[in-house]
Amino acid sequence: MAVYTLAFLAHAVETAWAVKVPNDTTKTLDYKRTEKVARVATAMMILGFILLFAGVITRGVSAGRVPWGNMYEFSITGALAFTGAYLGALRKYDLRWLGLLVSISVLLTLGTAVTVLYVPSAPLVPALKSPWLVIHVSTAIISGGVFLLANVIAAAYLYLDKMESKGERTAWAKRLPSLELLDQLSYRLVAFVFPLWTFSVIAGAIWAESAWGRYWGWDPKETWAFITWVAYAAYLHARVTIGWRGRRAAWLCLFAGSTFLFNYVYVNIWGTGKHTYSGL
Amino acid sequence: MSQQTELPELDSIGLLRYTWRQLTSMRTALILLLMLGVASIPGSLVPQRTQNPIQVGQYFKDSPELARWMDRFYLFDVYGSPWFSAIYILLFISLIGCVLPRTIEHFHAARAFPPATPKNLSRMEHHSTWAANGTELDVARAWFKSKRFRVLEKDGSISAEKGFTRETGNLFFHLALILILLGISFSSLFGMRGEAIINVGERFVNTPTSYDTLNYGKLYKDANLPAFMLTVDKFDAQYNLKTSAPEDYTLNVSLLRDGKTVVEEKVIKVNSPMTIGSTRIYLQANGYSPVVTVRDSKGDVAFQGPVPFLPQDANLRSIGAIKVPDADPQIGFVGSFVPTYVRDANGGGATSAFPKALDPRLLLAAWAGDLGLDSGVPQSVYRIDTSKMLQVGLKSLKPGESFEYPGGSIKFEGYIQWVNLNFVADPGKKFALLGGIVAILGLLASLFTRRRRIWIRVGSQVEVAGLAKNGAPGLDVEMEQFAQMLKGEK
Repeated sequence: MAVYTLAFLAHAVETAWAVKVPNDTTKTLDYKRTEKVARVATAMMILGFILLFAGVITRGVSAGRVPWGNMYEFSITGALAFTGAYLGALRKYDLRWLGLLVSISVLLTLGTAVTVLYVPSAPLVPALKSPWLVIHVSTAIISGGVFLLANVIAAAYLYLDKMESKGERTAWAKRLPSLELLDQLSYRLVAFVFPLWTFSVIAGAIWAESAWGRYWGWDPKETWAFITWVAYAAYLHARVTIGWRGRRAAWLCLFAGSTFLFNYVYVNIWGTGKHTYSGL
Repeated sequence: MSQQTELPELDSIGLLRYTWRQLTSMRTALILLLMLGVASIPGSLVPQRTQNPIQVGQYFKDSPELARWMDRFYLFDVYGSPWFSAIYILLFISLIGCVLPRTIEHFHAARAFPPATPKNLSRMEHHSTWAANGTELDVARAWFKSKRFRVLEKDGSISAEKGFTRETGNLFFHLALILILLGISFSSLFGMRGEAIINVGERFVNTPTSYDTLNYGKLYKDANLPAFMLTVDKFDAQYNLKTSAPEDYTLNVSLLRDGKTVVEEKVIKVNSPMTIGSTRIYLQANGYSPVVTVRDSKGDVAFQGPVPFLPQDANLRSIGAIKVPDADPQIGFVGSFVPTYVRDANGGGATSAFPKALDPRLLLAAWAGDLGLDSGVPQSVYRIDTSKMLQVGLKSLKPGESFEYPGGSIKFEGYIQWVNLNFVADPGKKFALLGGIVAILGLLASLFTRRRRIWIRVGSQVEVAGLAKNGAPGLDVEMEQFAQMLKGEK
């Protein structure tokens, strides 16, 4: 029954976002006139966040453990973290122009999760029974959410940059912030979350030591986590030490983010190694 | 017209110095870092010997020529290959060459005073000026002190600087990375790793011959093996009835350490290994050992005991071999053991429906002839080379049943479980852990500290200005507060 509740909740979340999408598009036509609609859209986003949060909690209760045991659960929690990162950043910066992109990607993630990745909740295999599950996986998911938000912003930067180099911004893009702000923003998100990602990798290593007898074994998941780490380290160095800005930095940021996605999608589904549990 | 540029001649020391400069430059370090990332990719796409030797073998079987070429480039041992090592050794030399001089420089800089106030403050950022009332210097001095700036006061001006933690954190982060690498190298020299399959009820004495596989670090000796003896008393596995997925494994052992007379009762679980000195013992895998008695034609026992079989799937269908070299002719049984017998729906043979032994069967093919044990070629204990043997019978047995074939009989007495234990000594891991913790703290310090300078000069006018290093944000707000405070508005 918990499963049905969960499916219902997920659909409610989907609907919440579906309602949001048209709102957001109309909003861009006339900024002042649609201020109210924008507020509604943000409220919808918060409601969606709360519902999804409830959904994740229900899943946890129905499985009798933290809901981070398979890819379906990673995906719904990842979508939650992504929305959370967006809403968190929204408190500080006016990012509502980003709402469209955020809601669509969350919608796609949830859609995939519910249709393709869904598995009934089940208990954990012995290797996953450890307090490190909570620490390692939660930090990895939060890092992922923030990395992806930084990625979306870097992509928006590149798109606007191209548009500006061709001439004027088109009407809908007028209310997007300046290129410098986008550039700064994606850097700050990465700088904020890079220590957390480092922590997540080290927490994973400590756990691996107690579960598998070695803290680092070049398991595909570990390798790709390392590659992501190296890519973001290079990004931070390029910015802080060499002074890369703008286009080059945005591309490097996108590259680093794609290594994270590759790790999540490829290694989980087609990869072999010790991180593959229970099918997906 | 061609113009010849005269290059300064480089002697060997000059060349060395040049190479060193290049190697320790930031750009080189960055390129090496990216190369390390790229170099680790193939190892995640191609199976590695250390993790998946069976798949590597499959590569050699499917396309031997390609596999041989891949092997020549160490594609099956990426992380131990010369080219991978070359990249990370160069990276760490580069890192050391970069970080050590900076550490010394930073150490001196941290004890020095900030540079004197520039003559022309109006050229600096965040510059503003207003009429003085005379108390500004005292107010500013107190403010700098409360905010823990380091200050240099000279000729009616104060030069203040803050944010050294940024560079301190940065250096600690990079030094910590070096510490992690030292920890790893230390383990590869003084560490040890071994595996052993032990039947429940049997004893394990910690000597080299007790292991199935055993690898020492370069400086680890037999004598370094801690002396202990352990007995596997009980193994309990819990499975999910719906999915057959394991839910819990519990292993009870009795441990007798060197110099002790009291036997200690210990529990080993998947996430809680047993620790003896610097050696840790992990529960890695488990399976079944069918217990059999083989008799020759006269009825004399030729072999008796448990034989570990290797699990093939989640329901623990296991395969193995029983070799009886003392029989004449030699007898071998190629067998498979299923804990819960069902017929394969796809028309195959027997398979297992559940990992617990609810309805165990032992399926045997008996072979007579030459087992090839004296050929000198190392053999798997789980397989039999039947090329010089003749099949003499096929049978499926329930516990207690016997099978008579021409020349003898075999009785399936029952089964016991075995556990695979991993023995690991990793003396460098505490350094690696320490390095990891310091790295995170250093990273936090360096990413969230802003380094900036603030100047104030008081004559008939008050002049203030500021400078943020690395374009760190937030100085404008701070300068505003500073000015308001000086004007007495706050």
